[in-house]
Amino acid sequence: MSAKLQELKQRLESRLSGRIQSLTLALGEISLEVAAADYESVMRDLLAAPELDFAQLIDLCGVDYSTYKEDWTGRRFAVVAHLLSLARNWRLRVRTFAENDDFPLLPSVTPLWASANWYEREAFDLFGIVFEGHEDLRRLLTDYGFVGHPLRKDFPLSGHVEMRYDEKEGRVVYQPVTIEPRENTPRVRREPGYGETHG
Amino acid sequence: MGEIRNHTLNFGPQHPAAHGVLRLVLEMDGEVIERADPHIGLLHRGTEKLIETRSWAQSVPYMDRLDYVSMMCNEHAYCLAVEKLLGVEVPERARYIRTMMDEVTRLLNHLLWVGCHGLDVGAMTMTLYTFREREDLMDVYEAVSGARMHAAYYRPGGVCRDLPDRMPQYEVSPWKNAAQVKRFNENRQGSLLDFLEDFTERFPKHHAEYHTLLTDNRIWKQRLVNIGVVSPERAKQLGFTGAMLRGSGVEWDLRKKQPYAAYDKVEFDIPVGAAGDCYDRYLVRMEEMLQSNRIIRQCIDWLRVHPGPVMSDNHKVTPPPKAEMKSNMESLIHHFKLFSEGIHVPEGEAYAAIEHPKGEFGIYAISDGANKPYRVKIRAPGFAHLAAMDEMARGHMLADVVTIIGSQDIVFGEIDR
Repeated sequence: MSAKLQELKQRLESRLSGRIQSLTLALGEISLEVAAADYESVMRDLLAAPELDFAQLIDLCGVDYSTYKEDWTGRRFAVVAHLLSLARNWRLRVRTFAENDDFPLLPSVTPLWASANWYEREAFDLFGIVFEGHEDLRRLLTDYGFVGHPLRKDFPLSGHVEMRYDEKEGRVVYQPVTIEPRENTPRVRREPGYGETHG
Repeated sequence: MGEIRNHTLNFGPQHPAAHGVLRLVLEMDGEVIERADPHIGLLHRGTEKLIETRSWAQSVPYMDRLDYVSMMCNEHAYCLAVEKLLGVEVPERARYIRTMMDEVTRLLNHLLWVGCHGLDVGAMTMTLYTFREREDLMDVYEAVSGARMHAAYYRPGGVCRDLPDRMPQYEVSPWKNAAQVKRFNENRQGSLLDFLEDFTERFPKHHAEYHTLLTDNRIWKQRLVNIGVVSPERAKQLGFTGAMLRGSGVEWDLRKKQPYAAYDKVEFDIPVGAAGDCYDRYLVRMEEMLQSNRIIRQCIDWLRVHPGPVMSDNHKVTPPPKAEMKSNMESLIHHFKLFSEGIHVPEGEAYAAIEHPKGEFGIYAISDGANKPYRVKIRAPGFAHLAAMDEMARGHMLADVVTIIGSQDIVFGEIDR
């Protein structure tokens, strides 16, 4: 397996030379990081180059890195795509950070893979990442008229508004949430090696 | 001939053939679909957001509620992703149990699918037949985990307990007299493996009944053949996986190509379609059921003669045995830390995919080293399939939309997440 990954790594390095920000092999998976400006051309090559042949875009999702390890200094929004080659039986992860944190914008890959359509709509809906060139960038999972992007780290778990039936008005109304946010288990990060030594 | 007008038709979200909460906005020219626009999200529960606020082990039950007809397969993908990040080895017996339960799950899923697909297309009887077998498999779920559906049986590091030696029994009630109960309990006298073995003996006969009911049925063929044809090239472009991809003639199955659990140690065949229409996808899934039966049989034979642990003994990840906890200080500490703080997963990211009954179900997990995931993305097979609805339905008649939804094997738990 790892010989195969080495081969893929070499092919990526020779085909995409100059456009790779980082290429890591960890846990039996290859992750490729590219700049937003190169994203489109890299993806085009990954699909079209016969020695790579990534015929399927298996998944594409947004990630909000703003609270990563509590001391994140890089760009906030990334798009992570998982590609699969049926012919060569290998996978690749491609990560691209959007340049502008306030208005994350990346080119759409819908012209390359039809499956990107809904994945990009979902990333737009949940993270507010805009895909330039997407023909039908509407919200997908949230309610009609929803405000905000729920998977951003600054969006509260219980949301901003709740819905109830109003007797007097005779219709469903929105109102500010009344439930208190509650954390059962606090988020803890330990220094490496924690708990390994026995006093 | 009257005047033909264009209509915009709202299909669902309460339509029984919408498989839950699909709202389809159909632009029709007479009775022909010009554009199908699925509106999803009516079952969106924010699973991915919720997972970020729970410790790693607490999210296993959320997986059951994604695709709620193939519960254990969802858990499997999640556990594989966590295990990959942790670098934990799963004991071999647990891997066989997972393989067996995955195939039980595949049968559960396909039985529900063929029943409901039949129901949608007008073959009422199918559900009556398939739910009879589903009931036995539900009992298997209940025997191993205590729950008929939302099992939470797989855990990072193995499965939560070994297979039981005894099956639950029917009891005499105002609705069942002693003679009936005796008959119902006949094949439940032995262990779970005995019960399942008895099932695998019976199943091919039942499977033949489904074939008799549907495969050469004229109405069934009129409704399915040449409906929703997808070429292999388009299937790849649209991100199809599983039976949807194999129905179009692409031989691809993660169980063979990227084996996990014990799939590299069992024998089975991969059925592949030719025409890429709804009928071929039907045939592929029907054959998959028999192959699942075959895998279950091989797992039973292996599990009978190979006792052993079913959970990793790395107690940084899996809870120590209760008895040990009472006498051993270190076990007590492990237990306390696991259930108060949870597993600490090393920083990194992993994508684990399995051959789910519906296609490739993947979990992409990012950890920043905390006791909770930083981000988990659920790659649901049905999501990509439903996204292709517009392309598959265009030019077909209204009634064919129902066939296509049935053929895609849509379940909203996983699509809306």
